[in-house]
Amino acid sequence: MKYWITYCLLTIIICSCSKSEDTINNNDAYVPIPYQLEVPQHFDQLLIDPIIPFDNPMTEEGVSLGKRLFYDRILSVDNTKACASCHMPQNGFSDSNKFSIGVSGNFGNRNSMPLINLAWNFDDKYFWDGRALGLEHQALEPVTNPIELENPSWSDVEDRLNNHPEYPNLFNQAFGTSTITKDLVTKAIAQFERTLISGNSKFDKFLNGGATLTAQEQEGLNVFMDEERGDCFHCHGNPNNPLWTDNQFHNNGLDATFTDLGLGAVTGNPNDNGKFRSPTLRNLAYTAPYMHDGRFLTLDDVIEHYSSGLQNSSTIDPLMKKVEQGGVQLSEEDKNNLKAFLLSLSDPSFINNPAFLPQ
Amino acid sequence: MKKIATLIALFLTLTACSEDADDNAVAETNASVSFKFTHNWNDQLLDSSNFENLDLTNENGEVINIDRIRYLISRIELINTDNNLSYVFDGYKFTDLSNEDTYDFSPETNAVPLGNYQLKFIWGFNEQDNINGAYPDLNIASWNWPDMLGGGYHFLQFDGMYNVNTTNPAPFNYHNGTARVSEGVFEQNFATITFSESFTISNNATIEVKMNIAQFFTNPNTWDLNVLDTPLMPNYTAQKMMQENVLSVFSLGEIIQ
Ligand code: HEC
Ligand code: HEC
Repeated sequence: MKYWITYCLLTIIICSCSKSEDTINNNDAYVPIPYQLEVPQHFDQLLIDPIIPFDNPMTEEGVSLGKRLFYDRILSVDNTKACASCHMPQNGFSDSNKFSIGVSGNFGNRNSMPLINLAWNFDDKYFWDGRALGLEHQALEPVTNPIELENPSWSDVEDRLNNHPEYPNLFNQAFGTSTITKDLVTKAIAQFERTLISGNSKFDKFLNGGATLTAQEQEGLNVFMDEERGDCFHCHGNPNNPLWTDNQFHNNGLDATFTDLGLGAVTGNPNDNGKFRSPTLRNLAYTAPYMHDGRFLTLDDVIEHYSSGLQNSSTIDPLMKKVEQGGVQLSEEDKNNLKAFLLSLSDPSFINNPAFLPQ
Repeated sequence: MKKIATLIALFLTLTACSEDADDNAVAETNASVSFKFTHNWNDQLLDSSNFENLDLTNENGEVINIDRIRYLISRIELINTDNNLSYVFDGYKFTDLSNEDTYDFSPETNAVPLGNYQLKFIWGFNEQDNINGAYPDLNIASWNWPDMLGGGYHFLQFDGMYNVNTTNPAPFNYHNGTARVSEGVFEQNFATITFSESFTISNNATIEVKMNIAQFFTNPNTWDLNVLDTPLMPNYTAQKMMQENVLSVFSLGEIIQ
């Protein structure tokens, strides 16, 4: 028993000691300012809270450092490309090229993805095929990807940043250390990406009572929500899920045979072949071309696909109806209305938000 | 100083004691009850590892493959058969067959007085609970039921292909929710599931509820997918047949305590 008492007292003493030490340290170190995400009111009401990992709390300094890195070509092997080269603000942080071009002119087989409301991707799986878990983890890939920023290794990038006249100080302000590592680089970038919130389209204003839909947009919403016509809402959200995606993986009938297995290549499960993550329908006005391989140049092409272009395969989603006829054959009027509604989900204040643009 | 030490010692002794009590002894008058849902197609157990890979034959003779089953139940309730007092658990249970983490339901507020009980729950949401957009976790699952069909939420989303043993497999979307009588006129479509068995809760317990998916196509309405495949959400007759068939889908399984 006596030992216990001594032990307890010791713990108490140690605790009190370490506390005072902390305070001394804190006086020296710069304390970053917590960053408050500006969550649209209807997101707050209709959705669960955005995910912010406890080991990467958002700070003003972290976000602004992340933004600088996102636009800085220093992350590429020869100083020619940045994240923003393939994720351009005016394209909803996506790329107007079918396949983005990496540093040495190579390109892959996937269209760049828009970066919108990523903090609400609750399963935290990124890329068209969901192969990266966590936004911090995702950002590791492009830097060394041989068709993107093409660095032979992360340590080269770390060296460049550590020898930079400004970055060590900026990392010190954001993370309390001027030793730059890939983990801190990706943490900063992820903080910036979480601020890329779009919630101010015409349709959002309509939901918040600040705008009225045209008859065409209203009728387009009806097509979208009608199981007998568009039936888009089972995968792409609805007025009560303003993310306009379910973030799940589906085969929406693009191909009869697959050159890109999508989710199936990640899970190894043949039931997943040809499945890709449903993208958000926000900001379609800026994110063409469409689909994982950028095969459709216009929204008319996309709508025609769902209406009459469906290709059967063993993993096609059963929500794709009348596949043997190519789809539900929407009337011309329904197609036009659907398009008008889809465009009401585009948010000019998102692509022009000065907080998202380089200083 | 000595006093503090004694106090600390006392505190340690006390916590040690109470921990013991929790571990070993019976909760004196209340039990904590949780639920475990298992899913089957007649004799075949279904879980996330096999449900997409099975050829299953329904009552009407069609061979089907399942792609997705998600369903909602609410107001899980234990009714004391001696005094008729009922204990209603907070919350609702949203199950996705592809995610085994959703099979169990362990209500947080949980102090069921010991006694004899019957189990009851609501299939879907009743009218009072079926409020448009009110549940963020269901919204992000895009579980909403369209306004034009009465709004609120789906109760069931059961998608797959039928006639998979022929050269013309076709999709079905067996989705259940509020029934539309005519444009702008809606009828509630939830079902009250009651189990006739009475059982004794004498300790913390886990109650198994079995769900036989095949029954959606069986009883009392033998379902012909060749006629009723998709779209079924706006189809009043189909919605009412589902409401009848769901009554024979659930049964009480093992009770472990
Ligand atoms: C050469 C073009 C290119 C560059 C440079 C690039 N990306 Fe990408 N990005 C893509 C493509 C293409 C995809 C989709 C790839 C896939 O799914 O396989 C993608 C996907 C993503 C995603 C996934 C979004 C989602 O919803 O899942 C994120 C996040 C992302 N990039 C962030 C970045 C960051 C951060 C950088 C800089 C470190 C960067 N990208 C650099 C082309 C690029
Ligand atoms: C079964 C789920 C599902 C349904 C139903 C569905 N989609 Fe999709 N949608 C997807 C998936 C998955 C993708 C990405 C497919 C790919 O790239 O391989 C997609 C892609 C899109 C895109 C391209 C977006 C981009 O950024 O590239 C648009 C636009 C779109 N869908 C609109 C619609 C419309 C309109 C409807 C209703 C007519 C609809 N979808 C119905 C799952 C679905």
